[in-house]
Amino acid sequence: MPYNHKEVIANRPSRFTSGHRMCAGCGAPSVARMILRAVKPEDHAVIAGATGCMEVSTFIYPYTSWTDSFIHTAFECAGATLSGAEAAYKAMKRQGKLPEEKNTKFIAFGGDGGTYDIGLQSLSGAMERGHDMVYVCYDNGAYMNTGIQRSSATPKFADTTTTPAGSVVPGKMQPRKDLAKIMVGHHLPYVAQTIALANYKDLYEKSEKAIYTEGACFLNVLAPCPRGWGYNTEDLMQINKLAVDTCYWPLYEVVDGVYKITYKPAKKLPIEEFLRPQKRFKHMFKPGNEWMIEEFQKEVDARWQELLDLEEITNKKD
Amino acid sequence: MGIRERLSGNEAAAIAMKQINPDVVAAFPITPSTEIPQYFSSFVSNGQVDTEFVAVESEHSAMSACIGAQSAGARAMTATSANGLSLMWEMIYIASSLRLPIVMSLVNRAVSGPLNIHNDHSDAMGVRDAGWIMLFSENNQEAYDNLLMAHRIAEHKDVQLPLMVCQDGFITSHSIENIELLEDDIVKKFVGSYKPEHYLLNDKEPIAVGPLDLQAYLFEHKAQQAIAMKNAKKVIKEVSEEFKKISGRKYEFFEKYKLDDAEMVIVCMNSTAGTTKAAVDELRAQGIKAGLLKVRMFRPFPAEEIAEALKNAKAVAILDKADSLNAAGGALYEDVTSGMFINNVNVPTVNYVYGIGGRDTTVADIKSVYKDLEVIAFEQSKQVDGTKIKVENPYRYLGLRTK
Repeated sequence: MPYNHKEVIANRPSRFTSGHRMCAGCGAPSVARMILRAVKPEDHAVIAGATGCMEVSTFIYPYTSWTDSFIHTAFECAGATLSGAEAAYKAMKRQGKLPEEKNTKFIAFGGDGGTYDIGLQSLSGAMERGHDMVYVCYDNGAYMNTGIQRSSATPKFADTTTTPAGSVVPGKMQPRKDLAKIMVGHHLPYVAQTIALANYKDLYEKSEKAIYTEGACFLNVLAPCPRGWGYNTEDLMQINKLAVDTCYWPLYEVVDGVYKITYKPAKKLPIEEFLRPQKRFKHMFKPGNEWMIEEFQKEVDARWQELLDLEEITNKKD
Repeated sequence: MGIRERLSGNEAAAIAMKQINPDVVAAFPITPSTEIPQYFSSFVSNGQVDTEFVAVESEHSAMSACIGAQSAGARAMTATSANGLSLMWEMIYIASSLRLPIVMSLVNRAVSGPLNIHNDHSDAMGVRDAGWIMLFSENNQEAYDNLLMAHRIAEHKDVQLPLMVCQDGFITSHSIENIELLEDDIVKKFVGSYKPEHYLLNDKEPIAVGPLDLQAYLFEHKAQQAIAMKNAKKVIKEVSEEFKKISGRKYEFFEKYKLDDAEMVIVCMNSTAGTTKAAVDELRAQGIKAGLLKVRMFRPFPAEEIAEALKNAKAVAILDKADSLNAAGGALYEDVTSGMFINNVNVPTVNYVYGIGGRDTTVADIKSVYKDLEVIAFEQSKQVDGTKIKVENPYRYLGLRTK
């Protein structure tokens, strides 16, 4: 759909206000703001938040940053909570209890803890049932709200407070779960992995598709955390850029099962570029730990290749 | 005109839900409440209701979806039992704190472990202070009637609390008994439509629900819940009186069965009241002044009214169908006796934990309790100066195999 991206960024009023208490240099708030810019100005939104940084920093009684209707219930059930609201919308609309002409969109926000881990069942249920909603995971790769504990989204070797890099165990020993693929396995109409890059174009366009595709849609957005990752707050956008240029965080979308990689770096950078600015990977650069970087690189390469293969296979015309 | 039918307790609950025609039902199967969503989904499939049925993947999600739906502006209902309620536990508190008048059928069953699917009240007792109104039902008729009154009570502007209607798993949920149903249009008129003041789907007034609520406000918000629970007493009385006008059936906080002149009194809830009535009748025929106080409204707890009703008894036994594992006594026993103490009613009392995991409780068992009460009353009568006796071993078991 044709649109003026600059116009959207510059002129569409923000539905997520400033004054929230998210940290400087956090990747999540700008993601939330941009996703909500993709809601048409004439539409209403009901937003559900899982317990986590974003929820506790944006809705502290009696203040809220959300200009649309917002609900938070608990950590693991943003998916189920929003599915109830969406069911209410269907039932009430059908019975003429809501204005005919008004459209409401349903969007859930959860961190990786509330999505990959404790909320996975609730998310899976909501997606499988096909509620007309978008679930957005803002993935910062650990339980940041409780103080940087490992989650199943934490990358291998990362130093977290429950996988501290010690003299015997060098950080988290398991590779990260691939949630977007699990969502693809639900045969959803739209699944995408995205990030806040330079002009937010990728994020905005995928958000609009997810919000305005009928049915259950899923967005996985990498949202760096300066405290948990250990980068300088002003380096947020640089970290995002390195995540995609190293293919650590590939940008792609899956429309009705067909993969499309939306960004292929002209020059794929070595993974060190992404790891080096982050304190959580500092131990990997100590002499004798080269094997860790090699192993990390191998995993990134294998996952990138798998994605290239999936794109080829799913686009093959008989 | 009432409609005479023969229904199980689960069918009765499902029919009540059909007549209420809620906007959303979210439920997950668990014995013995499974039939309720099962029957209800056939009403959905056959277009007999306007409801959106959300077949969730767990009870935690069932309550979460009910919360989402009710916050959105819908009337939401669910049904569960035992471990299902345990899994919901986190959301049970959130539902009441958000002041959402969600209505649940709780078909009482023993909470694991070990695993057992039969009736006791350990599920209900686990959420007794969670901020839900709790109505107990002796039989299918009461389960049906309590559900028809539920929304009027829960949604009242002075209340706005969730409500659960309890009935005994299998004993009433799966037993087919006579029942008198009300006409659909009479129910529709009585229940009325749900008009929430604030709701998520009102685009003209977006709201935020479920904040982080810290030291500056949480205390006040919890106190408001407590006030609402107190207000519920008056509303339950009013709605029950109004219900009598359309049904002819009278409901109070508790039922007094041959209680007024009773010397030996049993206090219990749900289906055991039926068994106790049979025992009372037999004993009365022998000239023994036995009576029953059947608690219908367990939350809010009518402490003062119960104390008043028991003040002329000579001995009282409180029957708990759930053990509290606190080395002091069951939950109903503690509520009744503390209510008596606060209201200066000093009658010897004794507690029986009974029926755990579906252990059958017979008329003979109940009569043995009255026999014990006679002994206690006799001991008391020997106190010429009126000093109250101390009941030995007041925390007892009924029907427990000891060998």
